[in-house]
Amino acid sequence: MTVSADGASGVAGAPRLVSRPGAPANLIVRAARLFDPRTGLDVTRDLVIRDGEIAELAEPGGAPEIEGAEAVDGEGLLALPAFVDPHVHLRIPGQEHKEDLETGTRSAAAGGYCAVIAMANTSPPVDSAAVLGSVRERAEREASIPIGFVANVTREMVGTELTEMAELRDAGAIGFSDDGLPIANARVLRRALQYQRLAGGLIALHEEDPDLSAGGVMHEGEVSAALGMAGVPSVSESTMIARDCSLALYEDAPIHVQHLSARASVEEVARAKAAGVRITCEATPHHLTLTDEAVRSLDARFKMNPPLRSEDDRQALIDGLRDGTIDCVATDHAPHAAEEKEVPFEEAAWGVTGLETAFAALYTDLVLPGVLPLEILVARMTCGGEPFGIDAPRLEVGAAANITLIDPELSWTVGEEGYESRSYNNCFADRELTGRVLMTVAAGQVAFRQRSFALGVAS
Amino acid sequence: MSDEKVVLDHDDLRRTLVRIAHEIVEKNEDSDRLALVGIHTRGAVICRRLHALVGELSGTEVPLGDLDISFYRDDIERREPRDAPVVHDSHLDFDLAGRTVVLVDDVLYTGRTVRAAIDALFDYGRPARVQLAVLADRGHRELPIRPDYVGKNLPTAPGERVNVRLEETDGVDEVAITPAGAPAATKEDS
Amino acid sequence: MKHLLGVDELSREELERILERAESFAEVGRRDIKKVPTLRGRTIVNLFYEASTRTLSSFELAAKRLSADVVSVKSAGSSVDKGESLKDTVATLSAYDPAAIVIRSPHAGAAQLVANWTEASVINAGDGKHEHPTQALLDVFTLRHRLDSLENTSIWIVGDVLHSRVARSCLLAFQKMGARVTLCGPPTLIPRGIEALGCEVSYDLDGLGGADVVYALRMQRERMGESFVPSLREYAARYQIDSRRLGPRQLLMHPGPVNRGVELAPEVIDSPQSLITSQVESGLVVRMAILYELLTGSDRPRADRGPAPADTPTIGQPA
Repeated sequence: MTVSADGASGVAGAPRLVSRPGAPANLIVRAARLFDPRTGLDVTRDLVIRDGEIAELAEPGGAPEIEGAEAVDGEGLLALPAFVDPHVHLRIPGQEHKEDLETGTRSAAAGGYCAVIAMANTSPPVDSAAVLGSVRERAEREASIPIGFVANVTREMVGTELTEMAELRDAGAIGFSDDGLPIANARVLRRALQYQRLAGGLIALHEEDPDLSAGGVMHEGEVSAALGMAGVPSVSESTMIARDCSLALYEDAPIHVQHLSARASVEEVARAKAAGVRITCEATPHHLTLTDEAVRSLDARFKMNPPLRSEDDRQALIDGLRDGTIDCVATDHAPHAAEEKEVPFEEAAWGVTGLETAFAALYTDLVLPGVLPLEILVARMTCGGEPFGIDAPRLEVGAAANITLIDPELSWTVGEEGYESRSYNNCFADRELTGRVLMTVAAGQVAFRQRSFALGVAS
Repeated sequence: MSDEKVVLDHDDLRRTLVRIAHEIVEKNEDSDRLALVGIHTRGAVICRRLHALVGELSGTEVPLGDLDISFYRDDIERREPRDAPVVHDSHLDFDLAGRTVVLVDDVLYTGRTVRAAIDALFDYGRPARVQLAVLADRGHRELPIRPDYVGKNLPTAPGERVNVRLEETDGVDEVAITPAGAPAATKEDS
Repeated sequence: MKHLLGVDELSREELERILERAESFAEVGRRDIKKVPTLRGRTIVNLFYEASTRTLSSFELAAKRLSADVVSVKSAGSSVDKGESLKDTVATLSAYDPAAIVIRSPHAGAAQLVANWTEASVINAGDGKHEHPTQALLDVFTLRHRLDSLENTSIWIVGDVLHSRVARSCLLAFQKMGARVTLCGPPTLIPRGIEALGCEVSYDLDGLGGADVVYALRMQRERMGESFVPSLREYAARYQIDSRRLGPRQLLMHPGPVNRGVELAPEVIDSPQSLITSQVESGLVVRMAILYELLTGSDRPRADRGPAPADTPTIGQPA
């Protein structure tokens, strides 16, 4: 399916992506650098969007006048295909104090995203068609960009009984995941992989061996030894990945491995791909830019699951992203209220927000220093929906408008002006990053514009 | 150093201490109740010298002690960390009850050090009476404290510094005054 | 120095200064009236989220001997029992305008958090398994009395290092004073990567004879249930310090309370090589010294104090 205003195309059952209907965009972006690694496009053009579709890529100054269209000065700006995040937590139903669909999608659009896939570890969890239906209904009223909702693999996420996956799929589930928790029992996972042949839908896996990770609050290494905090060893993740890849190969089922954090994990994925396993996987901006050294501050903004690991692990993740072993970037955006983070590290909730800072953090720490080329970053940030059936947005005449306009020279201090997200637990807070999203068009509608971004309206 | 004016030299100091020792013995006829306690740092040094002199004059062994008043100061919070006072041990190994304790210090100025020393002294016991002997009195009292024995009266302006130097601590015996505004020649300790 | 959160942040000079100050307070303890008015009118709050008789009473007495007012708040405070958050508790206690808060918590980093939330000086009385700086300082103080200097001494810390904040703080403190430290215990209880802190690691007591000081840690029974060691019997057989293993010239230390018959055999606990009683005695004067060092000095703004008048004579000048 494409990310478009009229929902999915060509998929049986209910449309998988849901958002609030709105006015299609009529917009001219003058003289921006249009950059799409998928087509090799890298030119300065006037971008013309009419009725929510990319109408023309005109020579600079050559855009036709369109009545009622917004005109935007794109000089010096990057116009990219907007990003897709296959892994966010929007906290609905049940945890509105951390985030809701409106603040969550606004936060995503502020980060340049045109679509997100929301996880199901909510209160109650999304393990039945009824809960899925109610959350989709809310999205129709509140979501400013399309959301695909994942449903749980097991009932109540306890890991013993399968949910009614076929019904959930018909009700619009874009995939399945018990993320937040691993599926510890191999037999249950195997059943799910088998049942998937009937139900369809990709299973996304949170890889963690609870017996190895038990009690751990950070990466097991020199830093945890010095701080006296229990650690989660990398093998907790890599051994589960190895197990699940074997099962996926045996059942010839596709799987998607979430939030890789360790070298050993990247190596398992590479081995599996070489052996023919149908596996895709993701890594987060924080794992690509931070290590366990950040935890020495004992600031709970650096507590997440899986934890930040060593520099060697980080380098392996960067190499994996570069060579394609890691297919996409996913933020694992996890909002938490202040009282859940302003407590001793060991007691704090796991997770950080990340939608608003994803591009800027990776651009600043990886692209600008020459570690990762921009085209790879953009490719990896736009293709995250593909395993789930969401095509990567394209900067192409005739395509639905999914664009993000970025000022690659603009530096900003994270959190200084607050966040679009309801929660403030961002691990890049107070850092100065370069690269700011000024405007995002999602599914043909303007979903976000920076308050200070000047607009003109063509007469 | 050249801005300093020496007001008591080695011989003056010696004569002054001898005179004070005489005065102490004269004023306290029952010298078996006497005790001498010096206030750290230089007060304790002077006290040791007085102790020897008083012992000779009276023919009796007079108990000797010394007090560090760092923990009794009233300006604990005002000190700059780099001026942190050197804290010495206090030694008062005899019973104070019924005794006349002569507190000994080098310079009497605002009276706050002596106030602190009296408080410290009373934490060790209850002397019958307390007297005060100082080598120099420079005036500017802020508390109702008066010395019983004074080596030399030295009227000074508040900005001036009175520097007492003793052989045991500074290699020379003298008392000098540094004018206001000049840098301190010796580090003041408590 | 405003806070004492850990040995990690202490310079050697700051460490030495505290030890020197502790000597002065030893004399106060020998007087009849074992009190000085130094901190009169100041309020010190002890916030103890973990049960502790010896450390709490040591801090209470230290504050009282400095004439401070003391408030002790003891809380069962497990992570399950939510109750009032640490942040709210600190805000409530700030109503007393404490000069210092002494905090013991089962969680690493608690002292740092409290320091972020209060104007008071914060003393870490133990945060999770992270640091216990006052213990390390009193241990160094005790050792220095016996050895004069720790330079080039060999100190073995034996036992459950993984779960021991005392081990971490002592390791850092002993090294800062020039000692060489070896950590010894079952492989399951020595944290992976701890050598990065500059110590040696050994899984058996074979090399113990080369040590000048043996520092034994408590072996808690709970560790059996978590598969760290198969049994106390096997632990004692391999790691118990007894009169065979402890040479006549070796000093013995333990942070207390001792599990007799587990980490230490009874005969060594009461031997002349044991510094365990001295450690307890040192605790009081070292804690007095810490309170003195943190709470005196003008780097602490207080609302009721006017600006320090520049020319007013103070006790610092000849008075």
